[in-house]
Amino acid sequence: MKYMLLIWNRPGFVEALTEQERNEIFGAVDEIMKELTASGELVGGQALADPSQTRTVRLAGDRAEITDGPFLESKEQFAGYLTVDCDSPERAAEIAAGWPDVRRGLGVLEVRPVMGDGGTEM
Amino acid sequence: MSGPGAVEELLRGLAPQVLGILVRRHGQFHACEDAVQEALLAAATRWPAEGVPEHPRGWLLTVAGRRLTDEWRSERARREREVAVAVREPAYAALAPPPDEVAPADDDTLRLLFLCCHPALNRPAQVALTLRAVGGLSTAEIARAHLLPEPTMSQRIRRAKQRIEAAGARFTLPAPAERDERLRAVRQVLYLIFNEGYTASSGPDLHRTELTAEAIRLTRELHRLLPDDGEVTGLLALMLLTDAHRPARTGPAGELVPLAEQDRGRWDRAAIAEGVALVTEALTWSAPGPYQVQAAIAAVHAEAPSAAETDWPQVVALYGVLAAVAPSPIVDLNRAVAVAMVDGPEAGLALLAPLAGDERTAGHHRLAAVRGHLLELAGDRPAARAAYLAAARGTTSVAERRYLELRAARAGGDR
Repeated sequence: MKYMLLIWNRPGFVEALTEQERNEIFGAVDEIMKELTASGELVGGQALADPSQTRTVRLAGDRAEITDGPFLESKEQFAGYLTVDCDSPERAAEIAAGWPDVRRGLGVLEVRPVMGDGGTEM
Repeated sequence: MSGPGAVEELLRGLAPQVLGILVRRHGQFHACEDAVQEALLAAATRWPAEGVPEHPRGWLLTVAGRRLTDEWRSERARREREVAVAVREPAYAALAPPPDEVAPADDDTLRLLFLCCHPALNRPAQVALTLRAVGGLSTAEIARAHLLPEPTMSQRIRRAKQRIEAAGARFTLPAPAERDERLRAVRQVLYLIFNEGYTASSGPDLHRTELTAEAIRLTRELHRLLPDDGEVTGLLALMLLTDAHRPARTGPAGELVPLAEQDRGRWDRAAIAEGVALVTEALTWSAPGPYQVQAAIAAVHAEAPSAAETDWPQVVALYGVLAAVAPSPIVDLNRAVAVAMVDGPEAGLALLAPLAGDERTAGHHRLAAVRGHLLELAGDRPAARAAYLAAARGTTSVAERRYLELRAARAGGDR
């Protein structure tokens, strides 16, 4: 079963960290990615640029209107994701619980099942 | 014997034989399995163009053996460890076997199945390794069938082989005390492979349906090796009877068609006849296990000319047996549907009540879907619609969500 782990955190939080803290965080991310690669659970993932680089597109009247800035006006912003294929929802949540943003209280992870193409007739 | 399809079929049959011979001769399951994969890939490229060699198994053994020798030589150069070489030298001499070597291939296939379903591995790892080591599928094919990137699958297989080695697993048949448990795991892995393919056959991805054929092929092989195992017979029958619906289970737009609405004229009659014969025969001498009983239920459906003419009391009775030999809330759920067909929807709904309090099923979309169906039969359309919508929100299958949303819309009146 595939799960997408959506990482939400406060933009710019890194600026307030010491160099050692940053190194620890990047090291922890490397460690997790290595482990998920070795176990054959990692499907993919991407980090996103700072929300200030976002453009939001919506319908205004009869045409698409493009504005600068993110869609949600919230303190936490969507910062990136990883997709894993694992045994159980518990395992997916366990991976999320180990992510440094969660461990250090810097952000939250949402764990969402990915829809599959199969199905059982009922 | 010609064409890539025939070559592929030949290779898949030979894969476990060649691997078995190598592992028996050299140990080192991990290295031997890699070597066999490379030999299979070489054959898949060369045989269709150059023709199948006179002794295909000997050819594969030679190529895989050479690959192993190369591997060990480079390892030796790297480590310069004389002791290891001294131990392995006799192994080189034994390579290049006589092409007509008669091997106890049957036992090897069994040993491989047991090894791939080793308890040190989780289910996804058992599935991947079984498909590769016993099924002879390439990592790329397995990855495609699971809609995963090839590196992910490749790592999963490598990790599985490391785990097996670390667990000290031997290439032998398990001791009698462990055998039943291990055989249970083998059957579950084969059924899982079948279902991965079967449930996917509605989607746009046809690669996955190959898993269904592969699961039937491997189970047929297991049944040939263990004809006295009633549950293996039952599993084969269940697969055949389920797969027989395939031509009728999806509509023109790939949408799911429920059993009751399927065009039974499109069911695969040959598969049904074989499945019915297998399960009928097995039940005469074997204690009824869960696969046999499920196959018997499938056989009752298969023999009914229409949903209305189904022998529902017989289905209810069989679900009662199934609940006794393998109790599970999903069985109770299916039984409730059958009871509703005999005693009316209210009787079925009454059976659902305890399931809503069971944490294994309370939030499960199938419970909501069945509730919707029974409420609709009972004429409570608003409640049916709400249940269908809850089920649609609960499923992670695109096809099921479409189907359940459609049922909700119909129950709501906009037909």
